[in-house]
Amino acid sequence: MKNLPIPAVVGFLLLALFLLYNASYTVHETEQVIITQFGKPVGDPIDDAGLHLKLPFIQEVIRIEKRILGWDGRPNEMPTKDKTYIIVDTFGRWRINDAKQFFLRLRDERSAQSRLDDILGSETRNAIAKNELIEVIRTTKDRQPDRDAVLVDAPGNVGVLYPITKGRAKIEDEIFNKAANKLTDFGIELLDVRFKRINYNESVQQRIYDRMISERQQIAERFRSEGEGEAAKIIGKKERDILEIESEAYKRVQEIQGAADAKATEIYASAYNQSEDSIAFYEFIKTMETYQEMLGGDSTLIMTTGSDIFKFLKHVNPPK
Amino acid sequence: MRFDPDDWRDFDWQSIDFRKLGALWLVPLILLLIVGMFTCVYTIQAESEGVVLRFGKYVRNAEPGLRFKLPFGIESVTMVPVKRQLKQEFGFGTTGGTNPSQFSAEQTLERGMVTGDLNAATVEWIIQYRVRDPQLYLFKVRDPDNTLRDLSESVMRTVVGDRTVDEVITVGRQEIEADALTQLQELVNKFELGLSIDQVQLKNVNPPQPVQRSFNEVNQAQQEREQLINVANGEYNKVVPRASGEAEQKIQGAEGYAIKRVNEAEGDVARFNAVLKEYLRAPEVTKQRIYIETMREIVPNLGKKIIIDESASQILPLLQLSTESPKN
Repeated sequence: MKNLPIPAVVGFLLLALFLLYNASYTVHETEQVIITQFGKPVGDPIDDAGLHLKLPFIQEVIRIEKRILGWDGRPNEMPTKDKTYIIVDTFGRWRINDAKQFFLRLRDERSAQSRLDDILGSETRNAIAKNELIEVIRTTKDRQPDRDAVLVDAPGNVGVLYPITKGRAKIEDEIFNKAANKLTDFGIELLDVRFKRINYNESVQQRIYDRMISERQQIAERFRSEGEGEAAKIIGKKERDILEIESEAYKRVQEIQGAADAKATEIYASAYNQSEDSIAFYEFIKTMETYQEMLGGDSTLIMTTGSDIFKFLKHVNPPK
Repeated sequence: MRFDPDDWRDFDWQSIDFRKLGALWLVPLILLLIVGMFTCVYTIQAESEGVVLRFGKYVRNAEPGLRFKLPFGIESVTMVPVKRQLKQEFGFGTTGGTNPSQFSAEQTLERGMVTGDLNAATVEWIIQYRVRDPQLYLFKVRDPDNTLRDLSESVMRTVVGDRTVDEVITVGRQEIEADALTQLQELVNKFELGLSIDQVQLKNVNPPQPVQRSFNEVNQAQQEREQLINVANGEYNKVVPRASGEAEQKIQGAEGYAIKRVNEAEGDVARFNAVLKEYLRAPEVTKQRIYIETMREIVPNLGKKIIIDESASQILPLLQLSTESPKN
């Protein structure tokens, strides 16, 4: 120490620190690193996180994302096979699996995104154009929908799922398979492509609304006419039931009264018919009773003295 | 004042007395110590977990409380709120949340969906989730929260696309929630977002605005149908029970008549038999008596009584038989 000047010691130390600082670099858990020497990558990409060393000054560190990245496609209007215009918004996941290749071909993420836009965009367009709309809407082929109990026998196609042969997931797979191959060259591994949003374009939308409205109106009409029909049925039953009840009562009344009349007749007959005498007697007293009822203040009676009651008017002993 | 390097040329470095400067050397040392202490200590809130990196490499997790790490940026900590339930809203947005991914600016686009019967519906929903694995959450996917948003939208449309508009709006809600939850969790696991989905909840699910009126009309018509049926049933119930009561009344009346008729016959017959018995003992006298008794009752009440001699019956036509008999 004694024979070295202090500033030299300090200077040397600072230089050493500076060199060390330039020669070391950290790799974060979320990144991988390529070392370039005069702009050319050297060695394999380094993807284990931590503190690493390189040659100072002449080697440069290029940091490249290691995590899974998103690609968000712009919503695009395109026709399906059945010429319905829909707006399709897709997204996907990808990752840089060959950092060196990625760096050489694309340099940065921005150009990667635009490459993804090109490739996935056109594959999506192809896939949509090859399939009918329902194929990108539905997924499960044999799903039977639950139906609202009141709509079970609604008219038309209400509550019915349109049949499909492929389904959304298969079409997503098709796009994925085609695009994934084209991306391997760029050091990109495509992980998946999915439809985020699919919607009708403005003019199709209006048609769909009109159809929905007319469908619902049909259902409403049906409910109303069902109600009227049911009500008419009930009123009809009411009329029928009343006629039945009344006529049945009439029948019973006649039966009961007839039976009673018959019984009474039988009772009378059996009493009056006992003998010649009883018949004669019955005739006599019945006649007497009838006279009593028949003759009153407004009757005029003309009798001769020959009648039984007045025979004594002329004779004490009337001649026989 | 001008800086002249010559002033320093002859400076005798040996002349500095380090023993005198001893106290001055301590100043940067103490500063270093203080900075070291501040970058060494950190607190983790109760709802969070810390992930500690040394030179960017994961070394350990840190539990809540007062914790220590290596100073001067050798170790760094990222806190992840593992215990907080996070929420994302789709198709609508509640402001004031702490989660930056709670809602998006494209709410109208998020709502609109196409159903499996090629109808349209507007669906609003939320998901509730938690960070399950902070390491995955931080290191596996860039921007896991927005990835989750995309996945949630995709899954909800997949599920809704497999259902009819009626299922989406009314009967199928629970099934949709359950289905979306399982599918979303599967995808989240597949991409190792380090999240666990607690709940998928449908909020307002409606037919699109221009169509809503016709959907209401269906409900109304359904009510109308019920009402028509009820009114008719009321009419039925008002009339039919009364009619059967009245029928019963008539039958009872007839039964009464029957009893009366038979009883009367029996009474008449009993009386007749009794009288007949007496009559048979003395027929002539009895007959005479009954005859005379009857006459006595009838004749006084008659209006006009004309008794003529049997031999003078030819004068009968001469009698003025006025139609108007005198009132008694």
